[in-house]
Amino acid sequence: MSATLRINPIACEAHGLCVELLPELIRLDDWGYPILDESEVPSDLIGLARRAVDACPTLALLLDDDRD
Amino acid sequence: MSAPHHGLPRLLAGLEPGGAPMSLAGHTHIHGPLPYIAPDQLIEEVGRSGLRGRGGADFPTARKLRAVAVRRRVGPVLVNGSETEPASAKDRLLLARLPHLVLDGAVLAAGAVGASEVIVKVGEGAADALDALRGAVSVRDGDRVRISVLAGPEGYVTGEESAVVHFLNGGPAKPTFVPPRPFERGIRGRPTLIQNPETLAQLALVARFGSSWYRELGTLADPGSALVTITGSVRHPGVYELAFGTPMSDLLDAAGGPVEPLQALLVGGYFGTWVDASNAVGLRLAREDLRSVGCSLGSGVLIALGESACGVHESARVISYLASQSAGQCGPCLYGLRAIADSFGALADGVAEPRERDRLLRWCADVRGRGACHHPDGAVRFVESALRVFARDLEGHPRGRCDALPAGLPLGDSAVQPPGSANRRTRALAR
Ligand SMILES: Cc1cc2nc3c(=O)[nH]c(=O)nc-3n(C[C@H](O)[C@H](O)[C@H](O)COP(=O)(O)O)c2cc1C
Ligand code: SF4
Ligand code: SF4
Repeated sequence: MSATLRINPIACEAHGLCVELLPELIRLDDWGYPILDESEVPSDLIGLARRAVDACPTLALLLDDDRD
Repeated sequence: MSAPHHGLPRLLAGLEPGGAPMSLAGHTHIHGPLPYIAPDQLIEEVGRSGLRGRGGADFPTARKLRAVAVRRRVGPVLVNGSETEPASAKDRLLLARLPHLVLDGAVLAAGAVGASEVIVKVGEGAADALDALRGAVSVRDGDRVRISVLAGPEGYVTGEESAVVHFLNGGPAKPTFVPPRPFERGIRGRPTLIQNPETLAQLALVARFGSSWYRELGTLADPGSALVTITGSVRHPGVYELAFGTPMSDLLDAAGGPVEPLQALLVGGYFGTWVDASNAVGLRLAREDLRSVGCSLGSGVLIALGESACGVHESARVISYLASQSAGQCGPCLYGLRAIADSFGALADGVAEPRERDRLLRWCADVRGRGACHHPDGAVRFVESALRVFARDLEGHPRGRCDALPAGLPLGDSAVQPPGSANRRTRALAR
């Protein structure tokens, strides 16, 4: 199973919590909004990705399980 | 099926400059009555024709029809007559002057996807289009679908498909986060087919005369004809119908030719790409040619920039305009485009920091793909092409030394239009 991260840019309010919890995959742009350089989540990071998703106060960070 | 006519014009057949909307009788006389075609057969015929969407995204129309047709409880067919691209005039020409051709296409498309309703959405400023459409709807009978005409707010992103759906569902005319896309969940939550008026007008002719006829014009990869709004430094700005494969020089000639030597062409409107005039003359109106210089036909706008104008200055105005048109919902679009516009403006004014250009390019890369809609993507494509094509001018652009004449690229209502340009949007000539 693999998973992909997405950000709903309308909901995101640049709280930046996700970057603190998942710096391996998320960085901030010059305006404080998160950039996902790679949407695919390596299997060893899925647990951390889930925590970041749960921590986002606006439910803007989304994790999709891509089941084949 | 009435006898097909060959050659050009197709869509614009029978259009007199400056005339009234074509009557139903006139329309039927030119193109014949609305044919009945079984849904599957129509979708297949459209597929064989190679017709692609003319609203900018260039998506194969048959695939879109099929994606809605396979669903249940299909919603209305939505004719996206917003035409928010400031320089574009083709959709308004079709809606205001040839409303029955567009309505035929919408009614046929509704039959193909199993819709029982058609909604035509037009910007509230397009009074002539609204009048013509309402008049046309009132005289049509025999359509098996209900047709309504609605006016909506203006502004660049109000024409984006999820924004149109949002508005018609009672919300603000701003894009929504997708998926679900309108073909999955659109008007009233139902699968919704959204097409540009020109796409539907072309479909109305494919339904009548078939895909082989459609392919008599154009190239193998880009069959048929296209409406192109040609403006800027040409003698007769207006909307022209041309065959795909036509050389750029012939496009310019169709609009009376350049009024002065040209330095660049803007292909595809403000989501489009600047091309150096020397590279542009050898191109044909065809996707492969345009792709070779990094552009696409987009919404069918071609703007010729004369040598007396300043590409840097004109681009700075357009970028500011695009930044101002952000729906303000997504941080990277709202703040990123504003920063990009300010940065480009600083370069244009000759007051930039030493590494401004590098920072600007990084910002363009950072912003791309990060909006809920493609507005930021189109805007940075424009910026990157301006940086490429006007690189030399940007180097020597210290404040106050630019003595170029303003070209006055149209920027919607916010624009300060040069004298005499007011009729650019309405002038339309059939070739
Ligand atoms: C910011 C933005 C503005 C748009 N404005 C228009 C518009 O004014 N008219 C239009 O037909 N399509 C517009 N589009 C494209 C539509 O989203 C959609 O792709 C199109 O209406 C589909 O019709 P087509 O497949 O027949 O081209 C816009 C897209 C974006 C990203
Ligand atoms: S935690 Fe949520 S709201 Fe905050 S920056 Fe990340 S995605 Fe945006
Ligand atoms: S990307 Fe820009 S224009 Fe598109 S929805 Fe977000 S804020 Fe609005």
